[in-house]
Parts: sequence; structure tokens; C-alpha cells
Amino acid sequence: MIKARGLILAHFWTAFVLFFAALWLGEWQMLIRSPLHAWISIPEHYYRSVTAHGTVMAYVFPLLVAMGFGYAISELSLKQPLIGIRWAWAAYALVAAGALMAAGAVASGAASVLYTFYPPLIGSPFYYIGVVLVVVGSWMWVALMAVNLHRWRKTNPGKIVPLPMYANVAGAYLWAWTAVGAALEILLQILPVALGFKTTIDAGLARVLFSWTLHAIVYFWLMPAYIAFYVIVPRAIGGRLYSDVMARLSFALFLVFAMPIGIHHLFADPQVGSGFKYVHSVFTGMVVIPTLLTVFTICASVEIAARLRGGKGILGWVRALPWRNPAMLGLAFSFVMLGFGGAGGLINMSYQLDSTVHNTQWITGHFHLIFAGAVVIMYFVLAYDLWPHLTGRPLGQLDLIRAQLWLWLIGMLVMTIPWHLAGLLGMPRRMAYFDYSNPAIAPQAWTVTAAVIGGAMLVGSGALFIFILFRSYFGPRLSLSEYRFSAPVHVTAVPKALNGFAVWVALMIALTIANYGVPIAQLMFAKTNVPAVFYFNR
Amino acid sequence: MNAATPDAGGAEADVAERRWAMVSTGLVVALLGVIAFTGLHWASMPLSAIEPIDPTTLHISGEFVEQNLGAQLRPDGSVIVRLIAQQYAFNPQCIEIPVNTKITFRGTSADVVHGFLVTGTNANAMLVPGYITTFSTQFSHLGDHLMPCHEYCGTGHAAMWAHVRVVPSKEFERNILGNEGGHCD
Repeated sequence: MIKARGLILAHFWTAFVLFFAALWLGEWQMLIRSPLHAWISIPEHYYRSVTAHGTVMAYVFPLLVAMGFGYAISELSLKQPLIGIRWAWAAYALVAAGALMAAGAVASGAASVLYTFYPPLIGSPFYYIGVVLVVVGSWMWVALMAVNLHRWRKTNPGKIVPLPMYANVAGAYLWAWTAVGAALEILLQILPVALGFKTTIDAGLARVLFSWTLHAIVYFWLMPAYIAFYVIVPRAIGGRLYSDVMARLSFALFLVFAMPIGIHHLFADPQVGSGFKYVHSVFTGMVVIPTLLTVFTICASVEIAARLRGGKGILGWVRALPWRNPAMLGLAFSFVMLGFGGAGGLINMSYQLDSTVHNTQWITGHFHLIFAGAVVIMYFVLAYDLWPHLTGRPLGQLDLIRAQLWLWLIGMLVMTIPWHLAGLLGMPRRMAYFDYSNPAIAPQAWTVTAAVIGGAMLVGSGALFIFILFRSYFGPRLSLSEYRFSAPVHVTAVPKALNGFAVWVALMIALTIANYGVPIAQLMFAKTNVPAVFYFNR
Repeated sequence: MNAATPDAGGAEADVAERRWAMVSTGLVVALLGVIAFTGLHWASMPLSAIEPIDPTTLHISGEFVEQNLGAQLRPDGSVIVRLIAQQYAFNPQCIEIPVNTKITFRGTSADVVHGFLVTGTNANAMLVPGYITTFSTQFSHLGDHLMPCHEYCGTGHAAMWAHVRVVPSKEFERNILGNEGGHCD
């Protein structure tokens, strides 16, 4: 059993309970704006709900999963007790307190500004302070991961860092730097206004700073899922990891290329010139490469499992895969959604094509497919995989787990594919209601109904997930063998650069400065402050 | 594959990996090539110049005073459309423009961040207070389009819809001379 299980379970349970609550909010939003329901009489309630849904799903939930998973990886892969467990509890307390404070501000209706903030709209300062506390707590986790790795290096001089920890620390460093953009926006721009020290703010600069966080955060969400691809799935299905070095290279490339690309969210904005927009478009293309490498390595790893089980032929081995194994099923579903979502992403990054879909329902479909689909389904898989080692009890029938994963896949596709179509027809995002009696809007009404149906399946799947985890506490005690991560099929020499982070972190910072330095500096000297529009009564 | 002798085939695996890495990179380079080609050859670019403007004086003086809003015919035959977004309406709420004519949009916001798209077309831009948004496009089909605000601008966001009416050039010129051009509400 994992020694730090109390800490890890606290992270996972908090993450999953908040996730389930936010899932209900999402479904309520779908219902309230659909043709199945009368127009919402107070649209503010809708945006309150969107703010809560976004804040939990984008910040708190993935952060708590990454933190809990990170502690587990540190203990299990380094085979040393977690150092700084008190600090870890303090970090958890900060994240929980921050989430509560932000939730209180949002629930009171004083901060319906959405999780993307949108200054010059200014909400209650408690909302932003809550988000800052969450981020500070997460930075403590980053420091703890670095400290644990440092201690291991000291006691194991000259050894290669285990792949799970290498990937985990890469994710931690990525997050530390990713969060800086939004932190600067909140601390230097928004909070002084929200607290009443200033009355004007530069909306363009705020959007540029937020874009620094907004895209790289997606890769931070992705990290636990990718780690599970490499170090859990091949072992769970009885295979080997095809290439340890390629895995390290993928994580290192995410560090480098996740960051200097965020301005592709601002192609339609007036405060950034087309030159830097093009540069960010090019770098967005580069970040596709680590994902393509991952797809190759994981498919090859899965093929090894199939051939070990007697699979034959060029494609015939696919039938020999353990399809009833939840890890296999989760991986396959994740790849299906990653495929659709990734293809959509290539369209979004394409500079010109983006103008067809920018800020339409297409975008909502895209990131739900990638994050809520491909990534969150791997959160389920990694939780299932670790659970017996956290509780000391079995998970029970696999049928229920398989049903849960199937329901998540189908629900997500039923919801997001119609969203993509609606986006192409020009349906804008973030609408609390639609006038379905308008003949130009009526043909899109079915897509909103489809989202209600898909959303109901997702809520059902979420409920099953919670039930499966909870029910395991009533199972018999297990005596477990030691937890293992995937072993590589070939033991090859790891280049020195891929045993450390110096090169990659240096590149990450340098490229961020190269790609963001000028756009930010330009706006800092432009006289473009505008009056804040207060959302709450001061 | 024999898992008991883990190092057998390592070299072969390296070759396969390298090939795939080259295919991946080639794919991305090809995509970027298409983007660069269409950008340069068709001059198809997102917004470029950064033009600051003070949102507190829009209605008093300068380019965005009331009588300048809507569509105007320029001497070279092209059309310029000026618009302002504010919580929770566009000004003008209905824009009439000629078909198959170069249309230059110039817009800004009087308060918070807004945006707009014209359904069924590629016209799509953000309106950020403090900045002027400019882009040019053409509309090749006659008819009415919706023009919703597509960026969250406050609790009334869902009510913020305008219209674009694409009419034959003759009709547009007639309306312009009759002093109704650019507004159809």
C-alpha cells in the first residue's frame, strides 16, 4: 500500500466530488438553454453556473488530480517516502481554501465573470484571491516534486531518473511557468482594480497575459493522461513500453512548445500584430509533434502486448488485445477523442481557418472533446489503477467500470459532435438562451437538445465513477504485490539531456520571452487603459 | 517479440521511430507551408495593425461619432462599415452592404470586451475597448445574416444580436443616395 495514501486520497476525493458537482452544473446549463425548457428568467444564474463550472473543471479538478497523482508517482517510482508531507498537506489546505473562497464569491453572484476573467469586467476580489491561493498551493506542490527528485538524485548518484518521475516533474515545471501569465494578470492588473486602488485597466494586455496561461494549461491538463499512457497502460494490459527515450523526448518537447503558442487564441484580436500571430501559429504546429510521437509509441507498446498474447499479422494483432481490460478500453476511447479533437485543433491553429470557427460553439466542442474527453477518461483509468493500492481493497466488478467508460465516450461524442456542426453554422458561444422562433436559429436547435442528452449520459457516467470508487471501501481487504510501472522493451542509453531538465526549462523560458516579450512590451507602453466595469456593488 | 531478451531489436526500433518522427515533422511542415502560402498568396491574414482609441470619448469626437456609423461608400467603390459594441447592443443594429464588394470593417467597444461574427461567412473579430479592430472581406451571397456578439460581455450577452443585410449593388447605391445607406433598422 502507498504510504502517503491519506494525502493522495484527500486530493482525489476532493477532485472527484468537485468534478461531479461541476458536471451537474454543466448539465443544468445545457438543459436551461435548450428547447426543452422555457427561457431562463435570470440569465445571470446561467453565467454564475458557467463561472463555477469553468473554475472547477479548468483549475481545481485537474490540479488536484495532478497533485495527488504526482505524490503517488514520487513515492512509487523513486521508492522513497514522500519528503515534506506536512508541506503537502499545507498546499492541499491552500488549494481547498482558495477553491472555497472563489466558490463563495461566485455563488453569491458577485463574480460571474467566467474563469477566463475578461477584464475590464471586474468581479469580487474574493474570487481572484481564491484563484491566487489555489495557484500558490499548486506551486508548493511543484517545489515538493523538485525537492523529492533532488533527494533521490543525491542518494542515487549517476542513476537514470525513473520515467514516471521524469514526466511528473516535467508536468510540474510546465505548470509553474504556465501559471505565471494569469498570475501577472491577476496580481498586477485585476486585483488593484478589484480592491479599489485603480479604476482603469488595459483589456488588451490582460488578454495577452491570459493567453500565456490559457493554452499551456491544456498541456498541463494533458500531463497526467500522457503519463498514464506511457507508464500505466502498457503494464496494465500486459505489454512493454516501446521506447523510454521517446517518452522522455515527448515530455521534454511539451515543456518547450506548450508555452510560446498561446496567441493563437487571439488571432481575431486587435491588440497583437499579424507577425506574432503567425509565429504562434507555427509553434502551435510544432506542439503537434510530441502528440504524434506519443501516438506512435503507445500504439507500438500496445502491439507488443497483443503479440505477447499471440496476436499475428500486420493488423490482425488488434483482435488479440485485451479489450475487456478497463485500461485498454480507456486508452482506445481516449485516442478516438484525441483523434477527432486533434483534427479540430489543427483547424483552430490554422491562422486563416480559425476565422470560420473562432468563438463559436465549435471551440466549446473542441476543448470538451480534448480535455473532458481524451484527458478526463484517462484520469478515470489512472484512478482505477491506483485505487486498490490506496484503499487496500479491490474495485469490484469490471463490468461496471467498462459501462462507466463506454457511457463517458458515447456521452461526450453525442454532446460535442453536434457542437462542432453548430459552430460551423455560426452558433456563438456562451449564450444563456436562444430565440428558437427565429428561422435562422431554429435549424440549430437540435444540437442543443443533443447536448442535453449527451450531458445526461456524462452525469450518469460520473455518478457511476463515484459509486465504483466509494463501493470499494466495502470490499474485502487485499494483500497486494508491489505497485509497478511499465517497463521498456529495450533498455537503451538515455541521453544526458533527457535525464535532466536544464536544457528544456531554459528553452521554455527563452521561447516564451521571444514569442511574448514584444507583444507584452508593446502594450505596456501603449496608452490603452480603459475604465473598469464593476460587476459587483463595492 | 521475445520479452525475455529485452535488448534484441533495439536498433530496429530506433529506425522505426526515426521514420515516424520524420513523417510527423513532414506533416506539420506541409501544413505550415499551406498556411504561409494562403497567407501570402491570397493575402489572407488576421487583423494586423494596433490602433489605440479612447472608449470614453467615442460619442463626442473622432471616427466613431453617431453620423459615421454604418456603411459608407468610398470614392474607389469599396465600402467602409463602422460599428460600436456596448453592453448589450451593436450600433448600428442592422448593417446594409452591397454584394461582391470589398467591405472594410472598423469597430471598437465602448465598455467591455465584445466580438462579432456574421453567420455563414468568415467575418469574425474581437472588439476590445481601447483598440480599433479593422479587417476587410467580401460577401458573395445576397440575403440576411445574423451578427451575434460572441464574447462574454456581461449577463445580457445572450441578448446581443445584430443583422447584416447583403443587397445588390444598385439597391445599395440607391439607398445610400437616399441617405438610408448603412442602416436597415
